Amino acid sequence: MKPSPTILTAILGSAATVCAQSPAPPAPAAEQLKVLEARIRKLEEELQALKAIRPAPSAEPDQQPRPDETPVRLGGAGGAAGKALNPDLSLIGDFRAAVGHDPVRQEPGLENHEVELGLSAVVDPYSRGDVFLAFGKDGVEVEEAILTFPALPGGFSAKVGKMRAEFGKVNTRHNHTLPWTDRPLVTENLLGGEEGISDMGVSVSRILPAPGNLFLEATVQVFRGNSEGLFTATRKKDLSQVGHLRGYHDLTENTNLEVGLSYARGHNELGSDFTTTLRGADATLRWKPLQRSIYSSLLWRNELVWSQRELLDGTHASKGFYSSLEYRLNQRWTFGARYDRSGRAAEAGLVDRGWSALGTYWMSEFSQLRGQYRSTWYAGGQRAGEFRLQLLFVMGAHGAHPF
Amino acid sequence: MAIGVVRGWTGRALALATALFLGTSPSALHAGGKLNVVATTSDLAALAIEVGGDKVGVSAIARGYQDPHFVEAKPSFLLNLRRADLVVAVGLELEAGWLPPLLNQCGNPKVQPASQGYFDASQSAEILEIPAGPVSRAMGDVHPMGNPHYWLDPANGLRIATGLAQRLAQLSPGDAAYFQARLEDFRKRLGEAERRWDERMKPYRGRKVITYHRSWPNFAKRFGLQVVDFVEPRPGIPPSPGHLVALMARMKRENIKAILVEPYFDLKTPQSVARETGGQVVVLMPSVGGNKDTGDYIRLFDYDVELVARALQTDK
Repeated sequence: MKPSPTILTAILGSAATVCAQSPAPPAPAAEQLKVLEARIRKLEEELQALKAIRPAPSAEPDQQPRPDETPVRLGGAGGAAGKALNPDLSLIGDFRAAVGHDPVRQEPGLENHEVELGLSAVVDPYSRGDVFLAFGKDGVEVEEAILTFPALPGGFSAKVGKMRAEFGKVNTRHNHTLPWTDRPLVTENLLGGEEGISDMGVSVSRILPAPGNLFLEATVQVFRGNSEGLFTATRKKDLSQVGHLRGYHDLTENTNLEVGLSYARGHNELGSDFTTTLRGADATLRWKPLQRSIYSSLLWRNELVWSQRELLDGTHASKGFYSSLEYRLNQRWTFGARYDRSGRAAEAGLVDRGWSALGTYWMSEFSQLRGQYRSTWYAGGQRAGEFRLQLLFVMGAHGAHPF
Repeated sequence: MAIGVVRGWTGRALALATALFLGTSPSALHAGGKLNVVATTSDLAALAIEVGGDKVGVSAIARGYQDPHFVEAKPSFLLNLRRADLVVAVGLELEAGWLPPLLNQCGNPKVQPASQGYFDASQSAEILEIPAGPVSRAMGDVHPMGNPHYWLDPANGLRIATGLAQRLAQLSPGDAAYFQARLEDFRKRLGEAERRWDERMKPYRGRKVITYHRSWPNFAKRFGLQVVDFVEPRPGIPPSPGHLVALMARMKRENIKAILVEPYFDLKTPQSVARETGGQVVVLMPSVGGNKDTGDYIRLFDYDVELVARALQTDK
């Protein structure tokens, strides 16, 4: 606050008065003292008068430092601050071991199945990026690289990039988020193998208006048309399409039901005149008591897939399904079972069957050990029985839990 | 456009997308003039109600008796989130497992992090246990940004409410005076309640207690309790027999009688520890709405303070 001109004039005026009176004639000490006292009194009075005409100070003027009094901070942040914008890193290891015999799905006794490096960051106010690089037995591949626009006008959200297609439930999942050490037979037989439908494309989703507390979401995806073992684009315009309709309803606070319908169509390895069409239906029933969620839960998931593959000798129609049950017994143990049955896409009439029993030990949220006994009856009388072990671990960023 | 022009699946996909677009718009702007607030926990919802009154419609994602670390990202939450004007989050990575996917899927640009419709309550609160040294998961499921259970100090409740009043006023400037008046009323009622709680807890200041999880540092600091050990050896890691033996020895040696547990943890282990040591298990409510006696923010502390005081009173 600057002193007003009136105050300055008053102070200067009184100072001048003092100066003017100082060269007074000499007097005895006691008298001099009296004169001085009088002067002091006069000065004090003037001071009081000046204080009175000054504007009243605001409440608690000295409680907080005024902004212009805070010390100037020189230089920017140092150290790790510059790295704050680096993407979140996570690394997931998936080691496996197997004993027993499987003549069709042959895997080594010990295997570094996959090490997945995940990089995630918000790109700008409109989008976020998620890239997952898988280092496995086939070298390095981009498992997913997605630019997500979570909030487009009109309630749409979009994804662009290499991604797992929204076909059913299990196809969208990375290996380490599955409750099994493998993928169901129907994925292997009808969806092109372990990778499933995975391709470069564009995906648009929107929550649909629905009555009550029903959740409905539609997703439409267009892909380049190349998905290993399933779709082959021999021309630029051989795009593949995937559509998914998802319905979800909370039956009670602890129980919910999710159903989905899926559709996929693309050209197959015989060329542009031959297509493969897949239709799918899935249903998941979940029970998880909210107050005991870390100790106990039950999940029952079923998926059916119908495949129509146009081949030289006509259209081969096959179907397959799996039914999987997972039960969490306590904080550390989950048990499960799965039944598999699937025809073969290119050999209509041949049907493989199998079942699995599973147990997972959760050392913490960040590492698990899983055992699976898998028994398979392949078409043509081949029999397989294998005990499989999987060790999973997560390093780095705490990823979201899949639902 | 003639139907015949829409050919091939790409065309049909575009047609479907257009049809969806022409459907209802999700952002039915705060119906009835109310701001739609979605809080991640019932505590933040309760504070939003204290400040927002009948000018806001508030819903919470996690229930009061639910472990807020392990909420599932159920699609049904998206129905509220897509209509929200404001999302209030605890932050400090408490919701890391479920809020990011929900915000990614809800298709609502207003409530994305860093926008005006996203309020991280931890930014208004005093945060304890911010790690000063190296952090690794050898410490269990640690929160590198500090302890996220900070709402369990009434001073933080008031700070969060103050921050919320400001944010609500930015979103609905016409109601700024209303929010301010409600904040002042809350401040007054909370102040009176705090004097009551302080009086009740006064005889027990400095007493040692055990908690199951690291959920109570703010509560303990506020009411002068010393949390000296935990049933979980490290956050998120189930108790091992060796740790429990050491814990029981310590409780006997230091004459510690109270084990504070949230209702979502297994009671068997703490109960057997209590039996061995002559102590008792106190099931505190960590969040509003955990039971019928904890219907709002002040009643939550009424309930917890009374339970703690009674437990420490009997084991004198």
